[in-house]
Amino acid sequence: MMKKNRILLSGIGLLAILLVLASPGFAQGSDPTDDEVNAIASQLYCPVCENIPLDACGTAACEQWRGIIRDQLAQGWTEDQIKDYFVAQYGDRVLAEPPRRGFNWLVYITPVVVLIGGVVLLWLGFSKWRQAAQERPQAAPTNTAQGSPEAQDEYIRKVEKELKQRSRSSQ
Amino acid sequence: MKKILLWGGILLLFVVLGVGLYRSQQGQVGVGEPAPDFELQSFSGETYRLADLEGSVIVVNFWASWCESCKPEAKDLEAAYQYYLSRGDVIFLGVDYVDTEPEALAYLEEFEITYPNGPDLRTEISQAFRIRGVPETFVIDQNGKIAHLQIGPFQSLDHILSVIDPLLD
Repeated sequence: MMKKNRILLSGIGLLAILLVLASPGFAQGSDPTDDEVNAIASQLYCPVCENIPLDACGTAACEQWRGIIRDQLAQGWTEDQIKDYFVAQYGDRVLAEPPRRGFNWLVYITPVVVLIGGVVLLWLGFSKWRQAAQERPQAAPTNTAQGSPEAQDEYIRKVEKELKQRSRSSQ
Repeated sequence: MKKILLWGGILLLFVVLGVGLYRSQQGQVGVGEPAPDFELQSFSGETYRLADLEGSVIVVNFWASWCESCKPEAKDLEAAYQYYLSRGDVIFLGVDYVDTEPEALAYLEEFEITYPNGPDLRTEISQAFRIRGVPETFVIDQNGKIAHLQIGPFQSLDHILSVIDPLLD
């Protein structure tokens, strides 16, 4: 009895494996879900309406393009193959991320250069301020002898005078 | 040296931005300007190169199957093509702008268009003509210069003929 059951189970298992192997179109034949289509569509931009990703675009043209993605997925195309097809048809501008070649390098290089430039400028600025702060105590005795720097500043004196006059006149 | 580099960098950035802005603000290739050369591979497989067609009047129509305003002029363009067909010196080329092939072919069938049409691969032709949308039609004279620019659809067959007839002997 046990032996019979074992043979039966082995037969069913073998049949199941054969059925799976005998259906080469298993992955290709299945309909891609909206999520699968949108996963690729979100990496592409509508070539007609500016700055709108293909998954979020509501025009008839975008609907057609999503249909193409769906068909290509159903035929077993890979993500890269689909993206290559769109680039060949509509140019690099459909890609959310421009390919790293030629003039496109500016998109990647400019932010890094600006960031490094900014850091260098800040570092230079801080260095100057630190240097000035270190030099200030040495000059302090002469300043103290003649009064504070603010007191020497003709411009500040005039501003303060003006402010006092204004506050008086407003009272 | 640092200052030169800094100002040089800023200047370069402004030049790049300026060039980009200038290019984006440029309108279509205008009347009197030489038409940019291009190569169009039709849906049926033939290749048309503008430079090879010099000496003829060439009508380059940009359209798309998703473009509603392209439809009213579609039959008129075909009628105009048929009108000049026997002369042999007026050539019509349809450039299908950012479209999908099955829908484009269905459009051509619906409007019974028989003159050569092909996709604008990588949008190279539309970029060369700097079109702003569809439909747009460029009529090129025998010397390869833009003789007429039609933004939006032609109103009628007579409208198309009134543009082409003065260019013919």
